[in-house]
Amino acid sequence: MLKVENLTKMFGGLAAVNDVSVHFEANKINAIIGPNGAGKSTFFNLIAGMHKPTSGRIILDGEDITPLRCDYIAQRGIGRTFQTTNLFETATVLDNLIVGHRLRTQSGLWDVLINSKRLQAEEKECRVKAREALDFVGLSHVENRLIADITQEERKRVAFALALATQPKLLLLDEPAAGVNPEETVGLADLMHKMVANGLTVCLIEHKMDMIMGMADKIMVLDHGEKIAEGTPQEIRENPVVIEAYLGSDEDAAA
Amino acid sequence: MMFKLAALLTRPATKYVFILLALLFPLFAANEYQVYVMSLAFVWAIAVYGLNIITGYCGQLNLAHGGFFAIGAYTLGLLTSDYGWSFWPAFVAALLMTAVLGFITGVISLRLKEHYFAIFTLCVGFIIYMLLDKWEELTHGAIGVRDIAAPYGFGVVDFTDSVPFYYLVLAFLIFSIWFISRLSKSLLGRTFIAIRNGDELAQSLGINLMRNKVLAFVLSTTYAGLAGALYAGMVRFIGPEDANILHTFNLITYLLVGGIGTLFGPLVGTLSIVWLTQSLQFLETYKMILFGPLLVLLVIFFPNGLVGSLLLWMRRKAESMGVAKAPKASRVETSNSATGKEAENNA
Repeated sequence: MLKVENLTKMFGGLAAVNDVSVHFEANKINAIIGPNGAGKSTFFNLIAGMHKPTSGRIILDGEDITPLRCDYIAQRGIGRTFQTTNLFETATVLDNLIVGHRLRTQSGLWDVLINSKRLQAEEKECRVKAREALDFVGLSHVENRLIADITQEERKRVAFALALATQPKLLLLDEPAAGVNPEETVGLADLMHKMVANGLTVCLIEHKMDMIMGMADKIMVLDHGEKIAEGTPQEIRENPVVIEAYLGSDEDAAA
Repeated sequence: MMFKLAALLTRPATKYVFILLALLFPLFAANEYQVYVMSLAFVWAIAVYGLNIITGYCGQLNLAHGGFFAIGAYTLGLLTSDYGWSFWPAFVAALLMTAVLGFITGVISLRLKEHYFAIFTLCVGFIIYMLLDKWEELTHGAIGVRDIAAPYGFGVVDFTDSVPFYYLVLAFLIFSIWFISRLSKSLLGRTFIAIRNGDELAQSLGINLMRNKVLAFVLSTTYAGLAGALYAGMVRFIGPEDANILHTFNLITYLLVGGIGTLFGPLVGTLSIVWLTQSLQFLETYKMILFGPLLVLLVIFFPNGLVGSLLLWMRRKAESMGVAKAPKASRVETSNSATGKEAENNA
């Protein structure tokens, strides 16, 4: 699915991501863990095209996407969510989601001026896709609520829905469970399983160890920009390098 | 009671009432001066609508807006006075000029983000002012441009009269609002709003930032050019002071008071401030003593502007009254059955 080869990103003299190679398989939940400042978010930014790597290649389904601008990468099927998502607070949930499918449409200024058939058809389609995405994350009932009036967890789900409306193949989730309570975390984990069951590939950065260990098919551990381990949750838990670098002496964290 | 009144105001049919009132305004006006002030307010409103595209919908604070307004006015003024063009060809030329210059400025300035973009455009606005003031061979410098042609009425109407001119400006204003209403509801308008919500998020949704920002910028400068050209045809005498940064800040004030990013905010903001300043005219310089605190109160209690706050209040009120509940319930049912099916498929 996604193959990363010798990816390096230098910020001045600092290697934020250093020679990382990894392969994410389709239809799996892949997790990236590591201490703060390990280069996890930079790694996501590189895949999404927000930063250009200093060296290395990123290959999506056999196509080298390294030189592409981020809007093209989104069109190729990489969706993402951020730690915090700025939405249009005084608009409804549905209104916020309609633009999600914009990248699959063509209408321009002229279509707006003459209100063309194409524009009408595409707007209808965007609305349908937005509803589908909202339905998928289980929020159909808040469709007409204002963003300002929904809960933190619902915001997270709306951000997922927005990314899903772009019809991605691979979804990059940056700390999806940050700031939500344990029960809601379980709900979000279920949602990620549902995405995979529907043919998506999920890749997430997360600090909640119990969540990661319970749901990831494969984990990559970054530390100081370098990949120090890769494997199943079981392997990661027993890896002495990881325990030293990340889980530290607190063995309960891994349990 | 308040709610019913507000609901009445926001009904789609209400706009025809307002158009009718605007059409009848010259009959009610006490004197020709009031018609003149109203025309001028409409011209400013068109410019504010332009600012609303780039700043309200697209989220980029453009401080060169008054400059582009002046470019529109000068293009029309110079072409008709120095080069003997008649009004309408010069009018089209003014629109094209502001669009082209807007494109060039946009391509360069929109590489910058947020405050840097605002500062850059502030400088662009000042450069425009300097050019108009100092490039005497072209612009006549501080003397300004005189003998600007009035709109040619094709022998049917005489636009040098204030009442016909009022209707001309009104027609352009209605067209401007109509276009923005269509734009703001369209996918293109939603694309602009996505950019306002954040560059990164918009990019992750596959939106080409530069292309959309430049498009919004060109649309906004063209609106400024339209307003400027009408202004030149109305006052028939323009000078470099028309490019003063003060005008840009006036436009921003109108926009903020009315409601940034709303459809009727620019009109409400412009009309209310123009008429307020007119009615405080008898206080002369002291009017600012009243005007300043009023503005502060407005910003504190109506941070979304008059229209923005009204719409938000309506929405909340409607929700608490349960008006929107009936259709929601049916939707929940359909969505439940849909997820049910999905769950079966998954199993």
